[in-house]
Amino acid sequence: MSRRKTERLLSLVVCLLSARRYLTATQIRAAVPGYPDSFDAFKRMFERDKDELRELGIPLETGASGEEEIGYRISRQAYELPDIRLEPDEAAVLGLAARVWRRAELAGAAEGALLKLRAAGIDAEDLTQPGIEPRVQTPEPAFGPLWQAVRDRRPVTFGYRAAGRSAAQSRNLEPWGVVNRRGKWYVVGQDTDRQAERVFRLSRIDGAVTFTGPPGSVTVPPGTDVRAAVRDWDSEASAPRTCLLRVRSGAGYGLRRHAAAVEPDDEPGWDRVELTYSDASWWSEHVASFGADVVVLEPTDLRDAVIGRLKGVLA
Amino acid sequence: MTTGPATATERLQRLLALVPYVVSRNVVGMEDTAAAFGITERELVDDLNLLWCVELRSPDPYCPIDLSYEGGEIVVSEAEAIDRPLRLGVDEACALLIALRMLAELPTMGAGSALSRTIAKLEQAAGAAAGPSAQVAVQVDHIAAESTAAQVADALRRGRRLHLAYYVHGRDEATERDVDPMRLLVVEGRSYLEGWCRRAQDVRLFRLDRVLAIEVLDVASDVPASAEHVDVDRGLFRPSPQDVHVVFELAAAGRWVAEYWPTEQVEELPEGRLRVELRTPDTQWVRRLALRLGEDAKLVSPPELAEQVIADATAALSQYA
Repeated sequence: MSRRKTERLLSLVVCLLSARRYLTATQIRAAVPGYPDSFDAFKRMFERDKDELRELGIPLETGASGEEEIGYRISRQAYELPDIRLEPDEAAVLGLAARVWRRAELAGAAEGALLKLRAAGIDAEDLTQPGIEPRVQTPEPAFGPLWQAVRDRRPVTFGYRAAGRSAAQSRNLEPWGVVNRRGKWYVVGQDTDRQAERVFRLSRIDGAVTFTGPPGSVTVPPGTDVRAAVRDWDSEASAPRTCLLRVRSGAGYGLRRHAAAVEPDDEPGWDRVELTYSDASWWSEHVASFGADVVVLEPTDLRDAVIGRLKGVLA
Repeated sequence: MTTGPATATERLQRLLALVPYVVSRNVVGMEDTAAAFGITERELVDDLNLLWCVELRSPDPYCPIDLSYEGGEIVVSEAEAIDRPLRLGVDEACALLIALRMLAELPTMGAGSALSRTIAKLEQAAGAAAGPSAQVAVQVDHIAAESTAAQVADALRRGRRLHLAYYVHGRDEATERDVDPMRLLVVEGRSYLEGWCRRAQDVRLFRLDRVLAIEVLDVASDVPASAEHVDVDRGLFRPSPQDVHVVFELAAAGRWVAEYWPTEQVEELPEGRLRVELRTPDTQWVRRLALRLGEDAKLVSPPELAEQVIADATAALSQYA
């Protein structure tokens, strides 16, 4: 069954590619073996075949030559991969690139692309630099639908649990792009309820992502830089501040390695370490994680925040 | 690749690639071709027979494809209209371009390398299908000093041993060790050195942004034949039988823990709270995490570790008294 279908689809592609003019359904039925005798059954099967070819990316055109009834053809120019030749080092990086998605959302697409490029005469073998193994992962279920939404320019809706929120809220978004930063996926776009640009983390999307409009209905503002949008959102820039810590000798390497200055403290067994930070909340958590190896001397608000954190453990 | 028998359209895609694959190489071996397409030679023969049997009936019957595969070599002498591969689809073009642009961010790949040439050629060949790739980006951590990555790449290329000063985050310790490099991994946006640690006598991963100092030694690298690569695709950190089983109850503000570390189990509790189970070999790390989380988390199990955390917080607070 499947073999007969493959044969029929292949004959159809060859027939339409070879045609110099539009072929009517009747002409196609006469030329391509494997269609049923009943005209209605043929029409139904032919409609399905057309859809399947288009899904594969085969540019099936509809039109008419002169006065004739509507017909079909595949333009060779639209069908064929343009000539592409790669040097051996270029083919090698292509092989490496195809492996980046392994087991992730676009792995099948990358394999498919490599197959076509091999068919164009390129030998994308694994001649890569020794031992370099880059990967992108897409564990977030929202990645697939959001990539499709970005690709097809469709608006979406989804449930979103913002940081620290106990319940998910429904959000409506015209997505402009998806960005992976520090291993996490984000989507950037216009939040149509809030009428403003917003960034959402995919791992906080709760449940399904649903399309709310047809393809092509989202316009990405010219000059949009999706990478910059995520970077700005992720690193809410606040002015860097200086703090002074007492750090036990032989401890607190995680702080010392970024220190602006380290001096011995008056009390033996301790050092005075000067550091700069910008995200006050994150920094107080970081300092608290060193427990009894670190004491905040200045500023007072950092000192209070760390004491608050530690008291929270006992609460 | 897909598992199980190919659907009719999957097989059609393969056939449409198979003809140009042979045509562009004039003549190819059966074995190499089957390997390139990830199929058995038997499946390949079946594909070739199917192609050869294609017949169009109108206006006059004819066979558009003629080929032979005698003596283990395939020759296509007549391919009609399908002697070139189909254009790249949007997903196909974008998958490769996004990956290539990510590679271009890696310091070890070098600027002006084959990458930029490949990207330009692929963009041209893909045409409009390349468009949406500009709306997806994978950024690679730049906190890792580029010089560290360059030294690792250099040691890999020349087969040299490395000396590392390395910050062990969980224990908050600076350590010194010799490592025979195996691979440079880039996973979840971070760069890692995979190597045979001569101190641990085992394969270890080192995050490049935690390398305090690095030196390429004038000693040949000597990775034992028994050393096994980490399976990058199954996650970098695999649980081991010696791991401690840890349970946290997180307030809404502490939910990020479940996003940052691999969890064994996650259970929703009322009011947006979350119960997470982790496995780790590193109790020190758990104690530090609990201090960091403060009132946003309660360490439920193991109880002796929970007691230790209380003692840690009490000792730390006593210094502010």
